[in-house]
Amino acid sequence: METRAARISLSIWTLAVVLFLWLPLVLICVYAFNSSNIQSWPIAGFTTKWFSSAWHDQDARDALVLSLKAAGLATVVAIALGTAAAAAVSRFRFFGRDAITFLLVLPIALPGVVTGIALNSFFGNNPVHHFNPGLLTIVIGHATFCIVIVYNNVVARLRRTQTSLTEASMDLGADGWQTFRFVTLPVVSTALVAGALLAFALSFDEVIVTTFTAGAQNTLPIWILGNLRLGQQLPQVNVVVFFVIVMTVIPVAIAARLTRDTGILRRR
Amino acid sequence: MNATAVRAERPLGNARRRLSAALWRRPWLRAVALLLPPLGWMIVFYLAALAVLFVSAFWSIDSFTGKLTHTWTWANFHTIFSDPTYRQIAWRTIWMASAVTLTDAIVAFPFAYFMARIAGPRQRTLLFVLVLLPLWSSYLARIYAWRLILNHDGALNWTLGKLGLPTQGWAFTNTAMWIVFSYIWLPFMILPIYAALERIPDSYIEASRDLGARNWTTFRRVIVPLALPGIVAGSIFTFSLTLGDYITPSLVGNVDFIGNVIYRNVLGLTNNLPFAAAYATIPLLVMGLYLVVAKRLGAFDAL
Repeated sequence: METRAARISLSIWTLAVVLFLWLPLVLICVYAFNSSNIQSWPIAGFTTKWFSSAWHDQDARDALVLSLKAAGLATVVAIALGTAAAAAVSRFRFFGRDAITFLLVLPIALPGVVTGIALNSFFGNNPVHHFNPGLLTIVIGHATFCIVIVYNNVVARLRRTQTSLTEASMDLGADGWQTFRFVTLPVVSTALVAGALLAFALSFDEVIVTTFTAGAQNTLPIWILGNLRLGQQLPQVNVVVFFVIVMTVIPVAIAARLTRDTGILRRR
Repeated sequence: MNATAVRAERPLGNARRRLSAALWRRPWLRAVALLLPPLGWMIVFYLAALAVLFVSAFWSIDSFTGKLTHTWTWANFHTIFSDPTYRQIAWRTIWMASAVTLTDAIVAFPFAYFMARIAGPRQRTLLFVLVLLPLWSSYLARIYAWRLILNHDGALNWTLGKLGLPTQGWAFTNTAMWIVFSYIWLPFMILPIYAALERIPDSYIEASRDLGARNWTTFRRVIVPLALPGIVAGSIFTFSLTLGDYITPSLVGNVDFIGNVIYRNVLGLTNNLPFAAAYATIPLLVMGLYLVVAKRLGAFDAL
């Protein structure tokens, strides 16, 4: 129905938005190769020397290890809890089903700073147990907002599979575990992997909630933030930023391929 | 498998089968077993945390010892409403969140329209991925990129100089924050609008034309109303994310947002958790109100 002029202007607009979205990302990757330690444009020259200097930075390494541990553990928790919730919600009809979805979405629908301060005051001020800030508190925080990522992916897939599959399996004499292992799991496996990859990417990059739960520990994003604030070690920061972009983009690209059918790649 | 192994496995297999049969006969038991871990986690770590937050908003800090005093007081809320500084920061944050939401809606709509109704299947997939990757790629990296772009000797001024245009001095201003917020949250607006537009059946548009509507009328009376839930769904994210961000203002701006006040009172020098908790109820209430309105406009079905 669009006129020719409308089509052309819409194409131009679309192209402009794509450039707007991508140029900053390309630019920041170029800065990783900046030979000068003054961050101006155009970059002074091309070098890879900051890669080795960032790699040998002990603080950055420690932060990387903590980030990997936190993201890995948070992903494991998110897979277990997100899949269980998805199975319950898609297989059973019960009172308050919508409330469960709402509860799971809440940690990412509310402003990040609210989630952060809530966890922070809970860890320090609840009457039952005092949590010392560290890996455990980081993982609890990350898992809390990663559950919904796995949940969304698995629920979308389960919605598209017929219950007759599992019924047939039971009719043929399989028990609950066998049905899960040989019927349900293969059906949801790619959605599960996609959800896990997205949860990992989200956790690996998270900074707003993490500052409130990490105490004196540095995850990689917190290390970047600290250096950006103080304006120090910027060449190394550029390299680490380049690395973090790659670390978040690759899992997401794989996840996008795995869930082409449901197309459920909304972050929230 | 030899006979011994089979025999050794049998009791275990039987127990599993009995358990499985018991669960099959009682579906509610399966539902409870599946729901208990995730619900338990969310209640213990999230709802309880929000509850502690609410309660601590009514506590206070002993000004001599710096320790938490667990007596009920409205003092924190009184400070927030009577001190013009805090009122101003709250308004500034809400105002910025609204501006960013509006900007993103305007930028995203034509893009989503092209994606949903003009692009072919291959082009659509490509555009989808091109929106998705920035959405997921590092949040800090994207803010930092804009800091480098907007710098006095950054890429933007270099480009403007080459084009013979006057240079800009937006670094560390509200303009910089507005640009960066709009940039980082834009994909959150594009995807729901795209989803809403894609769901409009072609027959609706044909019907509208058969009934004599011109293109513009069809757009205004059919397409926009049907896309509205998507726009509202996207706005939940752009609004909420701006409301709760304190990192963007501290990296590319030069004024405080609600998040900065909270951050400073929890982790910074001020160290007044009850006050931070009280101040955090502002974005919480604003978002609560926003979600109620959004639900009425049908945004939850478009999420």
